[in-house]
Amino acid sequence: MATNVQNIIEKYNKDKTRLMDILIDVQSEYGYIPKEAIGQIANNLDISHVDVEQTLSFYHFFSEKPTGKYAIYLNDSVVANMMGRQKVKETFEKEAGIKFGEVSPDGQIGLFDTACIGMNDQEPAALINGRVFTNLTPFRVKEIIRDIKGGTVVEDMFTAAYGDGENRNELIKSTVQNNIRKKGPILDDDYTPGIVIWKKLPEMTPEQVIDEVKKSHIRGRGGAGFPTGLKWEFCRKTKGDKKYIFCNADEGEPGTFKDRVILTERPKLLFEGMVIAGYAVGATEGIVYVRHEYTYLKNYLENLLQGARDRNLLGKDIGGIKGFDFDIRIQFGAGAYVCGEESALIESAEGKRGEPRDRPPFPVEKGYLDKPTVVNNVETLCSVVKILLNGPEWYLKFGTKDSAGSKLLSISGDCKYPGVYEVEWGFAVTDILEMVGTDIEDVQAVQVGGPSGSLIGKDEFARTLCFSDLATGGSLIIIGKQRDILNDIVLNFTDFFIDESCGSCSTCRNITHLMKVKLEKILDARGVENDINDLVEWGKILKVSRCGLGQTAGNPILTSIKNFRYLYEEKIQKDKEYDSGFDLAESVKDSCEAVGRIPNLN
Amino acid sequence: MSKPIVATTSLAGCFGCHMSILDIDERILDLIELVEFNKSPIDDIKEFTKMCDIGLIEGGCCNSENIHVLKDFRKNCKILVSLGECAIMGGLPALRNGIPIKECLEEAYLNGPSVRENKKRIIPNDDELPMLLDKVYPCHEIVKIDYYLPGCPPSAELIWNALVALVTGDEMKLPYEVVKFD
Repeated sequence: MATNVQNIIEKYNKDKTRLMDILIDVQSEYGYIPKEAIGQIANNLDISHVDVEQTLSFYHFFSEKPTGKYAIYLNDSVVANMMGRQKVKETFEKEAGIKFGEVSPDGQIGLFDTACIGMNDQEPAALINGRVFTNLTPFRVKEIIRDIKGGTVVEDMFTAAYGDGENRNELIKSTVQNNIRKKGPILDDDYTPGIVIWKKLPEMTPEQVIDEVKKSHIRGRGGAGFPTGLKWEFCRKTKGDKKYIFCNADEGEPGTFKDRVILTERPKLLFEGMVIAGYAVGATEGIVYVRHEYTYLKNYLENLLQGARDRNLLGKDIGGIKGFDFDIRIQFGAGAYVCGEESALIESAEGKRGEPRDRPPFPVEKGYLDKPTVVNNVETLCSVVKILLNGPEWYLKFGTKDSAGSKLLSISGDCKYPGVYEVEWGFAVTDILEMVGTDIEDVQAVQVGGPSGSLIGKDEFARTLCFSDLATGGSLIIIGKQRDILNDIVLNFTDFFIDESCGSCSTCRNITHLMKVKLEKILDARGVENDINDLVEWGKILKVSRCGLGQTAGNPILTSIKNFRYLYEEKIQKDKEYDSGFDLAESVKDSCEAVGRIPNLN
Repeated sequence: MSKPIVATTSLAGCFGCHMSILDIDERILDLIELVEFNKSPIDDIKEFTKMCDIGLIEGGCCNSENIHVLKDFRKNCKILVSLGECAIMGGLPALRNGIPIKECLEEAYLNGPSVRENKKRIIPNDDELPMLLDKVYPCHEIVKIDYYLPGCPPSAELIWNALVALVTGDEMKLPYEVVKFD
């Protein structure tokens, strides 16, 4: 083993900032990260054991214990549950003879829960040794376990036809479906890779590029909506011997999967966008940070990057522009929602725990390796290519006054046509419901923007998607009238935030948990009116957290109270003002027993 | 109009929140113009002598005496405020919450590295001692709490603003910078 681990370490030049890659390779080689490997890595990278262990312990897909020859991670998101996860889970447990969270005694099969894997339009879905298995049924699970017991390698376990488009590519070969239902300027087929680099960039100065982007009024597509041109300008103006362009392809927001489709169908557009950004800000290196769940795209993407190098779209003197050097590498994550936050993402790419940094300074001043860094969403970078190609005036024709352009929506849940829709900003929720083939009468609520967004009811379906009304990173989950909102959705999302909190701020680490206890109290019919008020008040305290995760971690509860308060009120005790369920006799029992005294309860 | 009456106490806390009250510096002179203190370590009044308007609670509840005092506060104060991390969430003392109370006591009195002279291996059990609770409870799990002031400790500024808001009836300003985590 020592030789294997050493080879992995050498592959990354004993570079401690590549710790993530080293751990990913070791995990994939052995199914866990053995103790000896930790020591070997620490010694070679000249860091302490604890440095290795803290990174290792932070990420969901790293394990210090064997995860089985076949490590099965079954998605536990809201939509997976809506689509019949429970039966699939039970079948896995029955066939494998173990419970979730366990590894079979022969070390063959490990069963684990995992947060949304970006397949909401084809749930229930699972990752088995990094390969995606979609649309699972109890029958399919039986086949899978039979194959595993027969020793079939994961790559040969697909029986269904491969998915559409590039999912069939020799280097992907997966059953994942793109489900592109509506195309707009980004997903448009009419695109010649490299056209902007060859035809436009050589005639423009970096300042002119930034100017065009600013004129288009495009704002970041990750959710926060910061003006892209301004971000680039800040980074360009910051002095630095080296600058970086990051593409945030971490898309961890449950219910979001549009970046997966772009990475599958339009990766060249994305890479070209990064080259343009690099040219504009004067960066020489680009890093695409891709969530671990999309590792199955690795060979495909890396092959395309090599192709781009061969065609001089990456490398030295790109597009014939003397002195313009830029290259891109892919950095995979290892399962942590918080890494979608830009400074956490940078920390993670440096090989550390994905804990958000305190800001300022912002990444444009001090980012990756403390150098000026631009972090843009996948969709933003793709849009920029089209803006330069067709001009900002063209782009401004799409969308609304304050929200220019188009938006890719990931739509899932109780609807006939889940998938990716590229729409102009300004669509109303009702329009969308109609588009996805849902009778508005059958809809109870829509979760806009994932768990960190808001749960809206019928009264708000007339609202429109744009930065001034319903801003969203693009996830819409449609919740039918048959669903139990508090149990099936709010509780699941709250659990999600508890799991994903990095633990840095006590607010996010604790209040999320306390809110869950209170929610369960209400669900258990032990709640009182004040519990609902408490939840609202405590939710406000979460706003002091350092990053967006903590600040929005209360949203599932807060927005459901705001829009569905009656669901809470139905469950509380009406005749009591206060009831915490505290029992003094019960709580002193253990200590009195331990010291041998009789409780005095007066 | 008579001055609003304030009472304060420190339960399972470190008195840091009370120190933070004193950190309002010379404004303490303004404060005693605005309010009258009743039961509080600040004036050393040990028992309530009248109904109070505002009770500030530092610390969570780790023993039966804390429970008794907190319930007494609830009975004698119209408004109760959880002041600081320990009152709101249990704070540092709640670090013991993951460990069974028996193990805590044995570590403290029998097996811990700092235990020197305890040949008879006694764990204090006098009836006069408060009984330890199985875990440290935040105040709102014992009685109804009306307001929460976050911080460890809450800054003097925050406490001052809160008291002024409670006394004047104006809405309190909680700008992000004041309560931001770090």
